[in-house]
Amino acid sequence: MTSSAADAPLLQVRGLSVHHGQLQALHDVSLEVPAGTTHAMIGANGAGKSTLLRTIAGLHHPSSGSILLDGQDITGMRPERRVAAGVALVPEGRRLFPSLTLEENLLVGMTSGRNGPWGLDQIYGLFGWMRERRGQRAAQLSGGEQQAVAIGRALAASPRVLLLDELSLGLAPVVVRRIYGLLPQLAAAGATILLVEQDVSQALAVASQVHCLLEGRITLSGAPGTMTAAQIERAYFGVAASAGNGAHQVTPSVGAALPEAGASPGAGR
Amino acid sequence: MTWVNAVVQGIMLGGLYALFACGLSLMFGVMKVINLAHGDLAVVAAYLALGVVTVTHVPTVWSFVLVVPIFAGVGYLVQRTLIQAALNRGVLTTLLVTFGLSVVIENALQQFLSANSRSLSIGSLVSDSFSIGQITIAYLDLVILVVAVVVLLGLQYFLSSSRNGRLIRAVADDREAAQLSGVNYRHVFGVAAAIAFATVALAGLAFGMYTQFDPTTGTDQLLLYAFEAVVIGGLGSLWGTLAGGILLGVAQQIGAQIHASDQLLAGQLLFLIILVLRPQGITSRRELA
Repeated sequence: MTSSAADAPLLQVRGLSVHHGQLQALHDVSLEVPAGTTHAMIGANGAGKSTLLRTIAGLHHPSSGSILLDGQDITGMRPERRVAAGVALVPEGRRLFPSLTLEENLLVGMTSGRNGPWGLDQIYGLFGWMRERRGQRAAQLSGGEQQAVAIGRALAASPRVLLLDELSLGLAPVVVRRIYGLLPQLAAAGATILLVEQDVSQALAVASQVHCLLEGRITLSGAPGTMTAAQIERAYFGVAASAGNGAHQVTPSVGAALPEAGASPGAGR
Repeated sequence: MTWVNAVVQGIMLGGLYALFACGLSLMFGVMKVINLAHGDLAVVAAYLALGVVTVTHVPTVWSFVLVVPIFAGVGYLVQRTLIQAALNRGVLTTLLVTFGLSVVIENALQQFLSANSRSLSIGSLVSDSFSIGQITIAYLDLVILVVAVVVLLGLQYFLSSSRNGRLIRAVADDREAAQLSGVNYRHVFGVAAAIAFATVALAGLAFGMYTQFDPTTGTDQLLLYAFEAVVIGGLGSLWGTLAGGILLGVAQQIGAQIHASDQLLAGQLLFLIILVLRPQGITSRRELA
């Protein structure tokens, strides 16, 4: 494949398998995220959503498969090189530098030196309250404020692909709505977003494409409008069911009534 | 008055201990590496200064112009190769590797430079002094204390105000989050090690001017003092390290005032008391700056 083919999706994940020791967290996951779109991964605890994002960001090494950014293979790159190439992850739990000030957190985010639309002024423009409180230590900010700074820190790298891991974790619903309200603005500024969310309704509301992970496999992919609640429930919990009809059902779901229960099936493909 | 004198002399000595300890504290605070070769590195710096003086015939005090940059460079290289390789295998491995480094350095010095005691000759500066009332202060002691305070102030300023200092604090806070922000933490570790090695070189030079050293001084005395100063002051805190060094110095001088043989014992006792009553050190904040 030639690099940066105009029609190639900006982010491509091909046949990705990831192991945590003995446990296989992802089984042959493939995914294509075209430029300018917002994709959401949903799924239960332990389905492998965070592992997928962390592998794309370079924190886990896949046992097989590859990750391509704009046609270029980035599978072997270190995380900091991927940031320079244009992949930024807002990690689960925010992970700010607690002893640094708000502004210092943003400045560290600019380390890669990528040129792009996001400077301090633009970030302060997006989050009006930050400018006044830029000298405050990150540890003193509330959870919602920290989440905003974490997003700002990732934007500071002017990413081409923005990975968002569980933005809603531990935040009040009103704060979650406010943060998700920003995503259309980011998308309008040209960001390509892949987000992970346990809150299915939130994910369906913002994404143009939704993928459901179950025990490390993608069980359902499609535009939110084309999926029925029953389909999503089956794909999410893996309840045995007759074949779906609407959206592209990727893998027939399996016997276990609960995601964690029972051994995973060897069959599938 | 003799007690006041003991305290004053202790504070002077504390500057030297703080200079020894700040590199150890920095490496632990940033990379979680306990460098057991720290004391031996100081001794190597003193021997290197001897060599520099023998070859170039510059006054001993100016040997730091060469020795400190050399140590900074060596620090970066050792971190990027030996210590990083150990870190990749787990934090405990770094203990083994730096212990091994300590053994190698000590034995190499004995093999090639003999076990004889040496000192850095600085002429009359070693004994010149001035008096305030009944208290006599040696110029050398005062210079070392001032150097220690200036180094700590400079380090504090560097960490809080420079780009590299900011990255060092970020990596110390959360290495993985720093990577996700585009920071090459291995390079930042190298920079921190370069600073730590530069400060230990300064400390080694100061010690060599202050008293005699031989190949075993590093592990027998210096490493222990540095550890005690760091633990008394609180791990990872620069100002705590200065306070710890001074407290250790004062305790030793007061011990020496009671009986000449009680000098080390008093320092050890203070160290034990702090360890039991306040294991986090006298400064409780676990931050770098």
